[in-house]
Amino acid sequence: MTVLEWVASFLLVLGGLFVLIGAVGMVKLPDVYTRLHAPTKTTTLGIGCILIASMCLHVAEGRGLSIQEMVISLFLFITAPVSAYMIAKASLHRRVSMLKGTANSELAEKVRDRKAPEQPTTDEQRPAEH
Amino acid sequence: MIKRLFPMPLHAVMLTLVWLFLNDFSTGHLVLGLMLSIGICLLVAPMSDDHPKVQKPFKALKYFLMVLWDILLSNFEVAIRVLSPNSSLRPGLVALPLDLEGEFPLAVLASTISLTPGTVSVDFSEDMKWLYVHVLHMKTEDDVIQSIKQRYETPLKEIFSC
Amino acid sequence: MLATVLLGVAVLVGLALVLNAWRLIIGPTVTDRILALDTMYINCIALIVLLGIYFQTALYYEAALLIAMLGFVSTSALSKYLLRGDIIE
Repeated sequence: MTVLEWVASFLLVLGGLFVLIGAVGMVKLPDVYTRLHAPTKTTTLGIGCILIASMCLHVAEGRGLSIQEMVISLFLFITAPVSAYMIAKASLHRRVSMLKGTANSELAEKVRDRKAPEQPTTDEQRPAEH
Repeated sequence: MIKRLFPMPLHAVMLTLVWLFLNDFSTGHLVLGLMLSIGICLLVAPMSDDHPKVQKPFKALKYFLMVLWDILLSNFEVAIRVLSPNSSLRPGLVALPLDLEGEFPLAVLASTISLTPGTVSVDFSEDMKWLYVHVLHMKTEDDVIQSIKQRYETPLKEIFSC
Repeated sequence: MLATVLLGVAVLVGLALVLNAWRLIIGPTVTDRILALDTMYINCIALIVLLGIYFQTALYYEAALLIAMLGFVSTSALSKYLLRGDIIE
């Protein structure tokens, strides 16, 4: 085995572990908002590791640098925050309650209506969205 | 005239290059890639709007590398948080006052916040002056706000110089 | 050696898929289910890439790219549907 293959194997195992930890967090964490953290970060990095390992193996086999993996990982890294944002927004819109003990959970209503935090609610004329 | 036929030259070149890399380097693919990328740019050009340009590419590169490093660190942090018992979690919502302006820089800021240590951006306030952030494990509110402002917002402000 | 590593990693990713499916089934709210689906898409990409490495072909990357795209679009469409009650405004 060459050095590149060792590196690739290490990255593969690391990636697999990260993906698994993301899934464990998915099952174990208590509410939607905390659950969002696991897939957006851990799973994305996990798959990034696997894709980089794939690139290393490509080079090790002498088939040149392949850009497909780069494109996939770039795409995933760009879309992960967007989908997390969409899911968070949807859960706030549906008034999914936060875990008890979440600091500032009273802000949730403000976020839902996209208001600034200090503004008193009474002088807001805009009707609530539905 | 040229502006109307080739509205986004840089994007077109980049698309062609990606097409060539995804397939292989041959004249046929070059022609097909050029046709496709110019066509796509023509279709997309009316939808694009002006946003502040990156003023300092070197700083932007530095920022990119720093974010990559932070993503790596944040993953270990989140992994530890995930594997430790739930009762030790102290999640929280934070309203982050923004100095940054413009849609594109704000989108970059929100995405970096989502990808880095224990924070996910939830929403902007309507006037784009506040960003709400959900924190997985919060020590103090000011801590979170200070670290985000120093680490991400200040360099972004320099990069887009606004 | 590499084949063993690949098999082990595939087992890890498969386990992750099962856990996500569990969240998809029990998920108390709709958004939980969307999140679980999104993560399952990403795990599927991981599995396909592993398969591509195993068979030493670049054919599978195209499939992975397509699935990545579909996953993102479906997640945002579902969230949008929950937000507005409509996908296209």
